[in-house]
Amino acid sequence: MTALNSDALRARIDGVQKLALGVGVLGAIGAGVGWSQDATEFFRSYLFSFLFWMAFPLGCLGLTLVHTLTGGNWGIAARRVLHAGMRTLPLTALFFIVVGVGLHQLYEWSHADVVAADPILQHKSKYLNTTEFHGFYGRAVFYFLFWIGYAYMLSARHDHYERTRDEKYAATTRNLAGIGTLLFVLTVTFAVTDWAMSLEPHWFSTIYGVMFIVGQGLSTLAFTIVMSAWLAKSAPYSAIMQAKRYHDLGKLMFAFTLLWGYVTLAQFLIIWSANLPEETPWYLHRGYTSWRTILVALLSLHFALPFLILLSRKVKQNPALVSKIALFILVMRFVDMSWIIIPAFHQEGFHFHWLYLATPAAMGGLWVAFFMQQLKGRLASAPADSYLERALEVAPSHGH
Amino acid sequence: MQHETPTLYGVLAEFASADELVAACKRVKAAGYEKVEAYSPLPLHEVNHALGHTSKLSSLIFCGGLTGALTGFGMQTYISVFDYPMNIGGRPYFSWPSFIVITFEMTVLFSALTAVIGMIALNGLPQPYHPLFNSAAFERASRNRFFLCIEADDPRFDLAEAKKVLASTQPLLVEEVPH
Repeated sequence: MTALNSDALRARIDGVQKLALGVGVLGAIGAGVGWSQDATEFFRSYLFSFLFWMAFPLGCLGLTLVHTLTGGNWGIAARRVLHAGMRTLPLTALFFIVVGVGLHQLYEWSHADVVAADPILQHKSKYLNTTEFHGFYGRAVFYFLFWIGYAYMLSARHDHYERTRDEKYAATTRNLAGIGTLLFVLTVTFAVTDWAMSLEPHWFSTIYGVMFIVGQGLSTLAFTIVMSAWLAKSAPYSAIMQAKRYHDLGKLMFAFTLLWGYVTLAQFLIIWSANLPEETPWYLHRGYTSWRTILVALLSLHFALPFLILLSRKVKQNPALVSKIALFILVMRFVDMSWIIIPAFHQEGFHFHWLYLATPAAMGGLWVAFFMQQLKGRLASAPADSYLERALEVAPSHGH
Repeated sequence: MQHETPTLYGVLAEFASADELVAACKRVKAAGYEKVEAYSPLPLHEVNHALGHTSKLSSLIFCGGLTGALTGFGMQTYISVFDYPMNIGGRPYFSWPSFIVITFEMTVLFSALTAVIGMIALNGLPQPYHPLFNSAAFERASRNRFFLCIEADDPRFDLAEAKKVLASTQPLLVEEVPH
């Protein structure tokens, strides 16, 4: 079969890309105005927005690594979206530069006078510093080099395999994905420790990285379902996205919803059981102030509601329904990220600033526009895809 | 020893592929037959669709899971609050966050047990004898062949008619199966 796009599909992608670019530029102007008015709130909204949008390219990389390792039909239709997603990592790296610029507005450990008066921060300064080679900046460079390098390598290796169908080559790719999965979990854990956990530098939690990785997986699966259902409104994608594929992706989204609840509860349960003064403040700020309302909303709407709805097979197999749930989960991912990040700056209670919406809109618009650009390339470069050929040829009855 | 004249169990058709079986299911169903069963060496969701088979199992599992959750939570609440209250780290007796892990595990346990036991019960297992074992060809149902049987107790059953419908689906074989 030839390329996966059609004129109708290209036109729809172009339309969304223009719209996203428009939102991105308008949002960027708004965020710029916000910066001139209140630089501190701007950087806070920027970090929160960065951590929310970073979930998509990183989640795409993570799921691609897992799918390369394990295979499985769920990745057949998802692969074009996942590859386009992880190929946006260079833009994420560009986005990160502003976090680096706003370092002093965001992280108290970056102030020498604060550290001088704080013995705990002095002990942590071997890790939390900006001057040494392995410090905050050096580590960020390493993370992005690894992520971008792996994303483009995997994408290129999959393309090569599709052309040659060289099984030995595919086996090497799988081995590389094994090492990659290990390093992915480590680098993301270190990255969110640097960028998010160190906002409250006295506090620590070892499941924090896993919480973010699971969140990224959930965001990405929800995004993949929304994108796939949208792409499937045009040929030839409509032939690939059969009910079974929605069922597969829906099951994974369901599993990740459960996993999100699991790790979110696990961190709380351990801290609540130990009841130690250096660990509890994180929850005192987020659960015993007006932030509690958001916490209750998360437990009921991020976990319980999608969990109960996604139990049904009919929902998972229905493209319109499952993509609505996926959109709702994406909204809840945004709320979850705000609950994790913003209380670090507003420990007294719930706080809202218009930049908390404007900056994510700006970044999201630009990211979606770049994603659509990558997607066009992915859909066009499908010369001889054995996976997709199988999806189109083989009757769904053949199962595995 | 008593020898009864063997009564007819049904008419069996054999197919070489899953797709042919699914097509035949649709055809037989369209002809109005209700008591139809398909046999295949691998699970085929499409056959359930084609034959209009629905299962009560998922609702049973949901109820099982709910029972597990309530049992787990209720048991811990009863023990910690009423039966044997203990002061643990100065926490209230009703410390529900610590009950969640067991509640979750009990939900999984009860769902899984309901799934296994319910599946066996609804399948009518264990069943040492089945009339289809009288068919020599049927032995390959667990290997590489696909079968469709119109059972004789179908309200619309007529031997010649049933054979004709099955023959029209291009099977490898059509045969009568006695009890």
